[in-house]
Amino acid sequence: MKDITIGQYYPTNSMIHQLDPRVKLLGALIFIISLFMTDNFIVYGVITIFIGIIIKMSKIPFRTLMKGLKGILILLIISAGFNLFIVPGNELIRVWIFKITDEGIKRAIFLGIRLIYLVIGTSLMTLTTTPNDLADGLEKAFRPLNKIKIPVHDITMMMSIALRFIPILMEETDKIMKAQKARGADFETGGIIKKAKSLIPLLVPLFVSAIRRAVDLAMAMESRCYQGGEGRTKMKPLKYTFKDKVTYLTYAGFLFFIYFLNRVIVSIDVLSILSI
Amino acid sequence: MSIRLENVNYIYSEDTVYEISALKNVNLKIGDNEFIGVIGHTGSGKSTLIQHMNGLIKATSGTIYYNDKDIYDSKYSLKELRCKVGLVFQYPEHQLFEVDVLTDVCFGPKNLGLSEEDAKASAIKALEQVGISEDIYEKSPFELSGGQKRRVAIAGVLAMEPDVLILDEPTAGLDPKGRDSILDQIYELYSRRSMTVILVSHSMEDIAKYVNRLIVMNKGEVKYDGTPREIFSHYKELEEIGLSAPQITYAMAALKKNGFEIDENITTVEEAKQEILKCLM
Repeated sequence: MKDITIGQYYPTNSMIHQLDPRVKLLGALIFIISLFMTDNFIVYGVITIFIGIIIKMSKIPFRTLMKGLKGILILLIISAGFNLFIVPGNELIRVWIFKITDEGIKRAIFLGIRLIYLVIGTSLMTLTTTPNDLADGLEKAFRPLNKIKIPVHDITMMMSIALRFIPILMEETDKIMKAQKARGADFETGGIIKKAKSLIPLLVPLFVSAIRRAVDLAMAMESRCYQGGEGRTKMKPLKYTFKDKVTYLTYAGFLFFIYFLNRVIVSIDVLSILSI
Repeated sequence: MSIRLENVNYIYSEDTVYEISALKNVNLKIGDNEFIGVIGHTGSGKSTLIQHMNGLIKATSGTIYYNDKDIYDSKYSLKELRCKVGLVFQYPEHQLFEVDVLTDVCFGPKNLGLSEEDAKASAIKALEQVGISEDIYEKSPFELSGGQKRRVAIAGVLAMEPDVLILDEPTAGLDPKGRDSILDQIYELYSRRSMTVILVSHSMEDIAKYVNRLIVMNKGEVKYDGTPREIFSHYKELEEIGLSAPQITYAMAALKKNGFEIDENITTVEEAKQEILKCLM
């Protein structure tokens, strides 16, 4: 359970860590957009150099980044595999009734790369931003939605609390599991039904514990005069620094560069085809 | 009955940024009918140590023998070990989940494979041992008071009739009467049933009153292992590692310093009373 790296923060002091969370949220989005702007290997090479620089700047060890990919490995294989056999094009290999086409290979590779880069991009964002900063960033970014009666503060408060309680509840689950194991409980052996039944001594106390904590937390918050988001100020308000503004400019530059590079290369391809 | 720990080491979150060495080269031998106290500052490895004794945590290196059998052997049944070495965690009432008290206490015996009637018999015996009366058997565990819940949880472990009973701060959060009551009951189990009891506690007074052997943990190592009297007489060393001697020891030391002819090597109020009376006669 300690190996769940989704949304985990990796504490280091890098330039990327110090950026405003909104900048990183947008950065992840821009990165993902760039992945779908092109089908060209050369452009992907440029994107790879770009993300490589960011990874280096973030001081996050490569191994930690790769751990996040373990989770999508199966999804990756299934989707890429699917594309490999389904897409029509020039046939290259035939295995029984399944044929692999050149278009199929190209699609499978791009799908694979897109998926991997997607995970790396979003992982970088969560690894360099604490969950609370992320929630703050989202709250500030979506504040305008308050005008159409969406309770932005309440939603982000719920998110922050949920994030805060993940490690607490995980620890509680561990404690309860150990206490029941000390009474001879067995969570591992048996078929699906037996395993499901064996979860009751785990889930009931966990549920009771979670509700108890929620009630205690609500009382604690109320005793400190919490009344919702109306008129509430922040202890650490998010303010853009020079580095953040420079980063925004870099995003714009990056997107334009990728767009034009893609156009140029495509037109070169078209030209070479025409001249043949 | 014997538990032997040889060169046991345990590292939390190995190979990550958060790596912590919780147990360092621990060597211990525990035998029949001992009442052992384990003390140490927060983070000294007490909880980690006791969870090794019933196989809940696997040592990073080193061996553990129960009745001379290696518990890490692939053929060894850890499930059986956990029934012989009963472990009651802190705030054990958090483990209660069943529909009523009796069924909850039957959970342990049933996991051992006992029939419905045998499990019930063991459960009732255990509930009597902790002083829970019959009129409570049918109640939901969530309806009980804190102290009652605690006893039911302890009964849940006792129902498996373990040879060793390990309790991690069984008196945490109880009022003084509740604390005395639980500790007295635990002492009875030790004296009447000849169990080996291991008590992890932060209260030097409780330790001094009940245990006949004291293990002091410091930063993952076993610092001292001896009788309470020996160990508490070195209160300066204990203070250096974040602990202390029972309050009465300090009182006696002060009295001696002020000229009273008394033995300052006292650890309980009862002994102090006798010593002071002797002096005053």
